[in-house]
Amino acid sequence: MIGFLVRRVAGILLTLVVISAITFAVFYLLPSDPAAQFCGKDCSADRILLVRQQMGLDDPVTVQFGRYLVGIFAGQTLGSGDYAVHCSFPCFGYSYQSAQPVWDLMMDRLPASASLAVGAAFLWLVMGLAAGVVSALRRGTWIDRTLMVGTIGIAAMPVYFTAMVLLYLVVGQLGLIPYPRYIAFGEHPFQWIQNLILPWITLALMSAAMYARMTRNSVIETMAEPYVRTARAKGLPERRVVAKHGLRPALTPVATMLGMDLGGLLAGALITESLFGLPGVGKLFADSLNKADQPVIMGVTLLASFFIVTSNLIVDLVYAWIDPRARLS
Amino acid sequence: MTLLEVKDLAVQFDTAEGVVRAVRGVDFTVEAGRTLGIVGESGSGKSVTSLAVMGLHRGAEVTGSVRFQGTELIGAPEETVRQLRGRRMAMVFQDALTSLHPYFTIGDQIAEAHQTHFGTGRKAALARAVEVLGDVGIPEPARRAGEYPHQFSGGMRQRAMIALALSCEPDLIIADEPTTALDVTVQAQVLELLMKIQQDRGLGIIMITHDLGVIARVADEVLVMYGGSAAEQAPAETLFSTPRHPYTRGLLDSLPRLDAADGDPLLAIPGSPPSLLAPPAGCAFHPRCGLYAAAPEAVRAACTGERPPLRLVAEDHRTACLLDSPSEGRITHQEVTA
Amino acid sequence: MTAPLPEAAAQGAGAVVSAADPAPAPAAPPAPGPPASPWRLAWHRLRRQRPAMAGLGIIAFFVLTSLLAPVFTAISGYGPADTDKKALDLYLGGLPKGALGGVGTDHWLGVEPGLGHDIFARLLYGGQISLLVAFSAALITTVIGVLLGITAGYFGGRIDSVISRFMDIMMSFPSLIFMIALLSVARNANRILLLILVMSVFGWPYIARLIRGQTLSLKHREYVEAARACGTSSARILFTEILPNLTGTIIVYVTLAIPGLIGAEAALTYLGVGVRPPTPSWGQMISDAVPYYKVDPMFFVLPSLCLFLVVLAFTLLGDALRDALDPKGSRA
Repeated sequence: MIGFLVRRVAGILLTLVVISAITFAVFYLLPSDPAAQFCGKDCSADRILLVRQQMGLDDPVTVQFGRYLVGIFAGQTLGSGDYAVHCSFPCFGYSYQSAQPVWDLMMDRLPASASLAVGAAFLWLVMGLAAGVVSALRRGTWIDRTLMVGTIGIAAMPVYFTAMVLLYLVVGQLGLIPYPRYIAFGEHPFQWIQNLILPWITLALMSAAMYARMTRNSVIETMAEPYVRTARAKGLPERRVVAKHGLRPALTPVATMLGMDLGGLLAGALITESLFGLPGVGKLFADSLNKADQPVIMGVTLLASFFIVTSNLIVDLVYAWIDPRARLS
Repeated sequence: MTLLEVKDLAVQFDTAEGVVRAVRGVDFTVEAGRTLGIVGESGSGKSVTSLAVMGLHRGAEVTGSVRFQGTELIGAPEETVRQLRGRRMAMVFQDALTSLHPYFTIGDQIAEAHQTHFGTGRKAALARAVEVLGDVGIPEPARRAGEYPHQFSGGMRQRAMIALALSCEPDLIIADEPTTALDVTVQAQVLELLMKIQQDRGLGIIMITHDLGVIARVADEVLVMYGGSAAEQAPAETLFSTPRHPYTRGLLDSLPRLDAADGDPLLAIPGSPPSLLAPPAGCAFHPRCGLYAAAPEAVRAACTGERPPLRLVAEDHRTACLLDSPSEGRITHQEVTA
Repeated sequence: MTAPLPEAAAQGAGAVVSAADPAPAPAAPPAPGPPASPWRLAWHRLRRQRPAMAGLGIIAFFVLTSLLAPVFTAISGYGPADTDKKALDLYLGGLPKGALGGVGTDHWLGVEPGLGHDIFARLLYGGQISLLVAFSAALITTVIGVLLGITAGYFGGRIDSVISRFMDIMMSFPSLIFMIALLSVARNANRILLLILVMSVFGWPYIARLIRGQTLSLKHREYVEAARACGTSSARILFTEILPNLTGTIIVYVTLAIPGLIGAEAALTYLGVGVRPPTPSWGQMISDAVPYYKVDPMFFVLPSLCLFLVVLAFTLLGDALRDALDPKGSRA
């Protein structure tokens, strides 16, 4: 197990370095004038020069990249002298438009994104698993068929459509809850739920549909495995056969998928956050796109990558813990 | 003592393409301390028969009578059958790698059966598992019980499956192609083990296989199946020396012989196994049967009429062939096992 | 209905040739009918699935209307870039005159608020873009993914390690975010081309991994070993033995990947980094329609509906294809 861990972590580190390198290449090397892009739309020529100096764009590429990489782990000082800007660990860049380190901007928004992600994940897990397991165990019946057709339909709905429909019906027509605006959990737990319920449902519906289908397929496949037949042949009660021998292996792929989805979501569900005006990382990203605030775009990109890589590692570890066969490779 | 009495067992499945009649009326009995070999090709219905005896079919229509130690199993409440399964009649499956659960240790899997049927605690059940692993000849059983199926070699896994079957001290073991996935030397060991266990404990065994060599080695009685029904039934020695059904004869003739002359062609039964969706009328074998081809028109009618049942043609020897004529078998019992 | 099929349910074709036998002469077995190829069997199974046929119909409808877009717009009289301010009520802030967003004999599906574009024309041309981008990206993704997948799977060793590592890294990227980043950085390139490229770059690892897995199991089959024993070159083996057996998987994958690509294009355009105005696109229309959703819901509903239908159609078809091509049949 130790060997497995060591190898995986080494792999992760390599992946992170490569991703950092590619991000660096995309934002520093690709554009014709990175300084202008980073500075933003209404930048005077003087300011651009200043930014250029701070970004150290006149140094050789390897030095730039080294500084960039080290900066992530140890912080860096951009530029020198009077106009130096200090970007402390971890340094994901400095937004000239907002005059703040990107990291601060992102961390400010993280709670909202995390709230959205966790709540939605809980909802879609419950809905998806229940639907999938019921469907699989009642295969071929009308329940199964309705659920499966329904999930295809729901999964096909674009997320903006669901959001708008929900807003229109629940807020506009039925007036059940006021127009959502984000309230932190610490401030007021009930209102936190109330304001997040629509975004949660929007995000969860689509994933629930996919998870339901995936769970169904997985359960069907597992229940057809020879070892389930052996369990029956041993004379075990059917309840036990299904729950212990059947569902456990069936849920492994679901756990894997969940880990990866959460990793991706933590960096913000761009469209959902924009539609509901949630102050999350995703909205930060979407706004930065509009404002052409490159440093933020880059920072969020890096953050999202780190989240995904970490969640992949966690998923691998969980998988190895569940399935003894995976500990070999 | 008769352990199992099967009469007129039939199994059919409803599929998208139609009704598949996998087993169409099969009779046999199994005695304690004796081994019944069921032999046939893929699709002959032999596995389906064994699963039907254990009540492991889902979504199939099973009719007929299966009396195990006096209790009728067909139509019995699921709970009755469940209590017998694993406890009094146990099954050994073909591929131990896929038939054992990958997530649980061997010890746990064996202990589970014991706990279910005897209500023992975990420690006692695990102790029993170690004991039975030792009985089947697995070295260091205590250590092995804590390992996972994928950590065992093929032969040891099969032994573990046998241990699982033995754990609750059943009276009948149904072995469905237990050695097919193994290489020849390991095969021999596993068969030896089964024979020894049978001798020690007086078990009845049903050995399902397509391999005549296995039959020759272990079976006391043989049931030959073809196209879902019984073709011939006889004690092993008799079957090998005087086969009466053309299919059996074809099977025996197709075994390659070391003493055949160079250039002698390998004999095969022409044609392919029948579709169970639309089986041939009458005797399922007639499209491939040499006797049928050579028979005059008037006689042929019998072969395409009603499906012929097994009938007694000699002491303890039944065949379903209506055109039966005694013949000298080409191979003797001893030559097959060599 | 859910039964394990006995092994010999299908009729075997052809006779096993037997040489002369001193025993009674064997009879020629009766011919069981034309042997059904797996493709024909699959097609028969597919035809019976009504949702799949509905999906196929919808896809055909959209493909046809996209291809014939110029014809239809010539008939309706308005092109996608034409503005018709007369159909807008300027006192209401540029909203369309008439009910349902201006639906009428003039503008068959209404007009867009603001500039007065004809919705019918923009839906048609937007469909062209969506389908073009999705199909092209699917094609490129598949070609790259399959090539790399079979190479990694077949040759193993070093080559496999490198390609697999590459795949792992690519799959660690938050694809949507990176696509956006790339698209936002490259400001002046041809948007459509860029979109297709970017989507392909992030899409290939998934099919490559799938193909690699399948190749790994296929390469141990006897017919591959036989071909190798004959001295067939690796390239030939790949193309004549292995690839044909992957066609089913590939078809299913492509059909199921297209909805994702269409959705991705719509999302990217919605966020402002996809195709730019005046190129029409369903994502763009939805983005424009959001502020008006209360007062002119049709403008929002129509492109969303088109997106929904196309995604639904491909998913239904892909699902049914997967069931039809999988002989082990985990179908309900």
